[in-house]
Amino acid sequence: MRAFLAAGFAALLIAPAAFADEAPSSMMDMFDSGKLLATGGVSSLEGAGGGGLATWALTTGYGTRDGIGLNGHATFIDLPDYELWSEGAAVGLFDRVELSYDHITFDTEKVGGLLGLGNGFKFDQDVFGAKVKVIGDAVYDQDSMLPQIAIGVQYKQTNHGAILHAVGAKSDSGTDYYLAATKLFLAQSLLVDVTVRETKANQFGILGFGGDKHNDYSTQFEGSVAYLFSRQFAVGAEYRSKPDNLGIAKEDDAWDIFAAYFLDKNVSVTAAYLDLGNIVIKDHQHGAYLSLQAGL
Amino acid sequence: MRKLVLAAILATFTPALADDTLWQDMGGVDNLTRIANDTADNFLADDRIKATFDNTNIDRFKTLLAEQFCSVAGGPCTYTGRNMYETHKGLHLTNMDFNAVVEDLQKAMDKDGVPFATQNRFLARLAPMQHDIVTK
Repeated sequence: MRAFLAAGFAALLIAPAAFADEAPSSMMDMFDSGKLLATGGVSSLEGAGGGGLATWALTTGYGTRDGIGLNGHATFIDLPDYELWSEGAAVGLFDRVELSYDHITFDTEKVGGLLGLGNGFKFDQDVFGAKVKVIGDAVYDQDSMLPQIAIGVQYKQTNHGAILHAVGAKSDSGTDYYLAATKLFLAQSLLVDVTVRETKANQFGILGFGGDKHNDYSTQFEGSVAYLFSRQFAVGAEYRSKPDNLGIAKEDDAWDIFAAYFLDKNVSVTAAYLDLGNIVIKDHQHGAYLSLQAGL
Repeated sequence: MRKLVLAAILATFTPALADDTLWQDMGGVDNLTRIANDTADNFLADDRIKATFDNTNIDRFKTLLAEQFCSVAGGPCTYTGRNMYETHKGLHLTNMDFNAVVEDLQKAMDKDGVPFATQNRFLARLAPMQHDIVTK
């Protein structure tokens, strides 16, 4: 599965060159903001276009297949015993390819002190992502059941490798591979995403990759359902399964319920109630998720 | 129970072909004509696409658009114009143009009192026309 995704990804990455045979009259014309409101989705936790927990097949931003879109985001998660920040930017090329960078900061607050790392000890992670649409259009193909399908990779690099090794993680970097299928059931005002991810990441990679208990890739599932109340407002729920690789810390699946408000094609806000379950020595980590996105 | 859930899922996702109440839910033939007229007026005021209508007989265009909207919504009308591919070939329309049309139609439906969920049932029937209309 991983080899298949990697090969397909490489082949599709060069496909957009075929669209670039006509030079644009000016660079700014490329930012056409031509997609319909909300059809670029929002920014997922790891910086790719999606919901919050789930990465979707939609290309981020509002560029059509003749243009380019951009999206930047800042996301804050307040848990009982931790804080998490995620900031990043992504570019959507010709409604086909998405490239993203994201930085995640995980603040251990008082737990850091309990673990002997010091209060407020932080883990940082960089996520470099690329996604390519393979087939289908989530919006236009209302006469078929075929969803929009994309494949993608996320290379994740976490700091504090020595500490991560001490808790049982096998690596401080790793690569996730995913296949996302997203469909707008327009007549029902419903957006549905199903994504499968091959990953070794512990807590999205913040706690490293692989572990003493399990060190192979495992296939994980993530999905979103959103109901559109208006062109500007959607409410939905998400679920994401995660590996459980570390002997010292049980890792639970995550879920959220969210509301997203699209002020216009430049600004959107997502608020959610997020439950990450157990994180290291603290159970019941659930709390507020707030994300601000800006782009075109 | 399982049968019931399955039936509910099927009912939710079955294509809207049998849904012939849509034209009534949109306010009947009169309101569909009003929506077509307002949509056409929005096109002509939309800098992104108005040049496309430079050589168009607007009265005839409005008549055909009203016929098409009514017919697509399952109403008692017959569309007498050419098919979407023939009508738009050579215009080199982009997805941005197509989406501008969608936004102008949404604006008209807002004005003419069509609820959002009903608008989406209608747009779901029009969306696949993108395949014939966008040729660039």
